[in-house]
Amino acid sequence: MPQFEQIDTFVGQIFWLIVTFGVLYFLMAKVALPRLASILEERENRVSGDLEKAERLKQEAEEVLADYQKAIADARASAVAALKESADEIAATSAKRQAEFDTQLSEKVQIAEDKINAARSEAMGHIKDVAKDVAAAATSKLLGTDVTDAKLSKAVDEALGEQN
Amino acid sequence: MASGGSIDPMHQFEVTTLLPIQLGNYDISFTNSALFMSLSVLLVTIFLVGSTRGRALVPGRWQSMAEMSYEMVANLLRDNVGSAGRQYFPFVFTLFMFILFGNVIGLVPGTFTFTSHIVVTFAMAIIIFLAVTVIGFARHGAGFLRLFFPHGAPLWTAVILIPIELVSYLSRPISLSVRLFANMVVGHVLLKVIAGFVIMLGVFGFIPLGVLVGITALEFLVAALQAYVFTILTCIYLHDAIHLH
Repeated sequence: MPQFEQIDTFVGQIFWLIVTFGVLYFLMAKVALPRLASILEERENRVSGDLEKAERLKQEAEEVLADYQKAIADARASAVAALKESADEIAATSAKRQAEFDTQLSEKVQIAEDKINAARSEAMGHIKDVAKDVAAAATSKLLGTDVTDAKLSKAVDEALGEQN
Repeated sequence: MASGGSIDPMHQFEVTTLLPIQLGNYDISFTNSALFMSLSVLLVTIFLVGSTRGRALVPGRWQSMAEMSYEMVANLLRDNVGSAGRQYFPFVFTLFMFILFGNVIGLVPGTFTFTSHIVVTFAMAIIIFLAVTVIGFARHGAGFLRLFFPHGAPLWTAVILIPIELVSYLSRPISLSVRLFANMVVGHVLLKVIAGFVIMLGVFGFIPLGVLVGITALEFLVAALQAYVFTILTCIYLHDAIHLH
């Protein structure tokens, strides 16, 4: 077995083992491992940074959504208020107009009733005169006698009073 | 490789000098073993440095594999040693990648597997053993010796327990190095022997060829697993040195 026979190569093998291993150790410790470590660290930082950023953006979006919903609610409330206000105003205006109209109407009705009453009493006055004239003419024609104005007036009044 | 008509499954483990170098009395020639150690270093470096050159936020296949190997060893160390083992991470990572690439490159036909030499695996194991012992004494002083006597055991059991613990502690570098060495040697010998059957059986060679395909797949698993086992045992020894049981 050469492993136990070539004893003269032992020193050389150990020498080259130490040299090559030393070179590899140097290359690993100074170049490869720091580089790999920095790559892995950078990636970890990047990933956690991205996650943080995503979290922050999500929060911002939620805030914006909340603001938007608040604005919508405010707008709705103010619209309802405005609607109520104008409805009240309209109701008040129409009530006022109604009242004005009512007073005007009752005034007109009053005036008309007064006119009617005046006309009626005037007409009643005329009826009395006409009835007196007719009664005087009728008595003079039928009886041939003239009735006194006082009697005539009394008789007409009685007749009108019966009618009324 | 066939030599003189017969197949020698041990020939693949022979160390051959490529560039003779003499340092004083020592022969430190650049051999095929040194070549594949260097190749392992080169490929690990290309794999890890080349794949991360883009420093991509979303990794490609190669960068993903480099990151996976990093995180695998980091988790191994964290799970077995805890945060105190953080400073030994470059060493443990280098150890894992060096052995893994040495094992896997060795599976390519015609290559040399430097981890199939007991002197290499033992050198690694003894360095780890000494380093761990030094770390243990540096952290706990003489208190590190409590490692050899479990806390709470009756005092008289010390007579039995201390020798047992001591032997098991001292045999660590042997078991660590022999495990890797033996697994690599056996796998390669098996592949070579069965490959010899393919040639010997001629037309019926497809039968051992099929077996060979299966064993090759198994050897890839063993190559990765033995690198992992070597690394995890190193982590466990570190844990003992830092936390004492």
